[in-house]
Amino acid sequence: MDQNRKVHQFKNPVLNWIEFRLPIISYFKKEYGDYPMPKNCNYFWSFGALATITLVTMIVSGIFLAMNYTPHTDMAFDSVERIMRDVNYGWLMRYIHSNGAAFFFIIVYIHIVRAMYFGSYKYPRELNWILGVFIFLLMMATSFLGYTLPWGQMSYWGATVITNLFSAIPIIGEGLKTWLLGDYNVGNATLNRFFALHYVLPFVIFGVVGLHVAAVHVHGSNNPDGIDIKSKNDSVNFFPYMLIKDTIAMCAFGVAISAVIFFGPNLMAEVDNYIPADPLVTPAHIVPNWYLAPFYAILRAVPDKLGGVLLMFGAIVILFVLPWLDRSKVRSCNYRPIYKWFMMGFFVNFFVLGYVGMLPAEGLYLLIARVGLLYYFGFFFIITPFVGWIEKPNKLPLSISDVYAKNIASNIGGGEKGMPSPAMQKDTNL
Amino acid sequence: MRLLFIIFLFFSSNIFAAEMSSEKMPKHEWSFQGVTGTFDRAAIQRGYKVYREVCAGCHSMKLLYYRDLIDVGFSEAQVKVIASEYTVLDGPNDDGEMFERPARPADRFVNPYANDNEARANNNGAYPPDLSVITKARKYGVDYIYNLLLGYVEPPKGMEVGNGMYYNKWMAGNQIAMPAPIADGSVDYDDGTDNNAQQLSADVTHFLHWAAEPEMEERKNLGIKVILFFIILGTIVYLAKNRLWRDIT
Repeated sequence: MDQNRKVHQFKNPVLNWIEFRLPIISYFKKEYGDYPMPKNCNYFWSFGALATITLVTMIVSGIFLAMNYTPHTDMAFDSVERIMRDVNYGWLMRYIHSNGAAFFFIIVYIHIVRAMYFGSYKYPRELNWILGVFIFLLMMATSFLGYTLPWGQMSYWGATVITNLFSAIPIIGEGLKTWLLGDYNVGNATLNRFFALHYVLPFVIFGVVGLHVAAVHVHGSNNPDGIDIKSKNDSVNFFPYMLIKDTIAMCAFGVAISAVIFFGPNLMAEVDNYIPADPLVTPAHIVPNWYLAPFYAILRAVPDKLGGVLLMFGAIVILFVLPWLDRSKVRSCNYRPIYKWFMMGFFVNFFVLGYVGMLPAEGLYLLIARVGLLYYFGFFFIITPFVGWIEKPNKLPLSISDVYAKNIASNIGGGEKGMPSPAMQKDTNL
Repeated sequence: MRLLFIIFLFFSSNIFAAEMSSEKMPKHEWSFQGVTGTFDRAAIQRGYKVYREVCAGCHSMKLLYYRDLIDVGFSEAQVKVIASEYTVLDGPNDDGEMFERPARPADRFVNPYANDNEARANNNGAYPPDLSVITKARKYGVDYIYNLLLGYVEPPKGMEVGNGMYYNKWMAGNQIAMPAPIADGSVDYDDGTDNNAQQLSADVTHFLHWAAEPEMEERKNLGIKVILFFIILGTIVYLAKNRLWRDIT
């Protein structure tokens, strides 16, 4: 072996001992200590850290729940209620886990919105974006599997509806559905495998998150102005400058999620899921978790079952190719006067889709869902390539430090420095 | 933009809650409402009496143990007496036989029926739902239960109420298999509280809500501390951040 390789020297002899054998100390120093962040990054750039914190929280609370949960159709519902009543702080773990799932999606949606608006998916971060979409897919699968476990009415019927989608696939559909369920209907075999998969998938997510973070660290983070770091003066070290901002974001997030966990833990839950699963009684209308509702709206907007399934999955798969649909070299929508409004429209449209996805698919709601569906795909296939071609972007600033200095100058008198908008400031005061 | 997002979120969740229902569900005043709301122990004890004398004839509460009643102010001795009024099937004993014995505080609330089929057979085919988490399992929760109990009115002209069914203002579809369970004076209170139908309904709802969320007081208590922790830590870190970033130009 190469005995002459350069070994980092630290003051602490224990660190030196480790570093000589496994250069993990210098790795952490490089990736989390001296890692350069564009100094104009606003609090939108904290949502990646928040998502990581939430993932770890979900895994930890989930392990404690699994210690007391029984994956059997006759006992699952009661075992969850036993956790809530008779296990010490079981209610806390359960409410953290169930509301944490919803907040995880809120955070990840904001994270995605940020990546889309500021063009973080563009060269050279395409692979990073692809890994992110992959994480999003895994999250949806995991949350669906987890929603089945309490074995309430919505668990059972949600699982029935979603697994039924697979039967729409020609020829192999029915066989595939039976193979997935382990039975002809959703039953004990299904619950068992869903529990097994729900336990393992978060660790897969954790692994992909590792790749996602490693990938972003290669070219560094994007920033609100979408221009590259050109000199040392454009960036600050992650530690302590960004870490401290992430900590503020974490506290604000902690207040928000605690308000729900402790004072309205069932606000985001479906009441029907407190009724034990009954295969003989179908709920009046079966709704998915609200954070999956936009995709559910797309599914139901199409009169053909197979078409609906394809478009629903297509709505996610399309995200993978977004970096190649958008031909504009300008990253940030702040400098794209036309595309900016279509982008905002896309976010609003996604909300509207989610809203109608929770309502019965009939009359006006169905019409809205169809218009929303057209805009969703139109945005990717027509608007994004076309606008990139005709739009004349605003002049980009010369460097990050230029923008930053300007921001500070316009914010003098306010308490906060380098903040892009007053709305952001309010959030940190939560 | 994020603020917009959050506003949207709250706005839309409110719409979800307010959707449907031609008549608005009247809101009742509950002591457990709000950030610092607590259970009224006396009301829960009275409500338990209503449950035992009225509801328990048909409705099970199989997630509860008799020992849970200690949490609402019954003494251990009282709970022993309450439990011993029920019999449970135990066994097999050393001779391999099942036997009956009086219930103990460590037993679950005894089910009025041996199984679901017996429950249906005795109730005209309708299954009386288990009440353990009923206030969490219905839209509008406690207000729904309270109003349902008092919602038995004359059906509107021209409406045919099915055989063995009753008209109720708040039931989905307005037909309910349960006859009006509570009337003025159907239960006598020991503590001299007025026992009109409103009071009885409010008390039993209070009891059911405690049964559904027995952790509520502990939860809110801890919640205030956790939120205070985040606010204080957040403030300190925020000040430190301003100090730290002052030198970045």
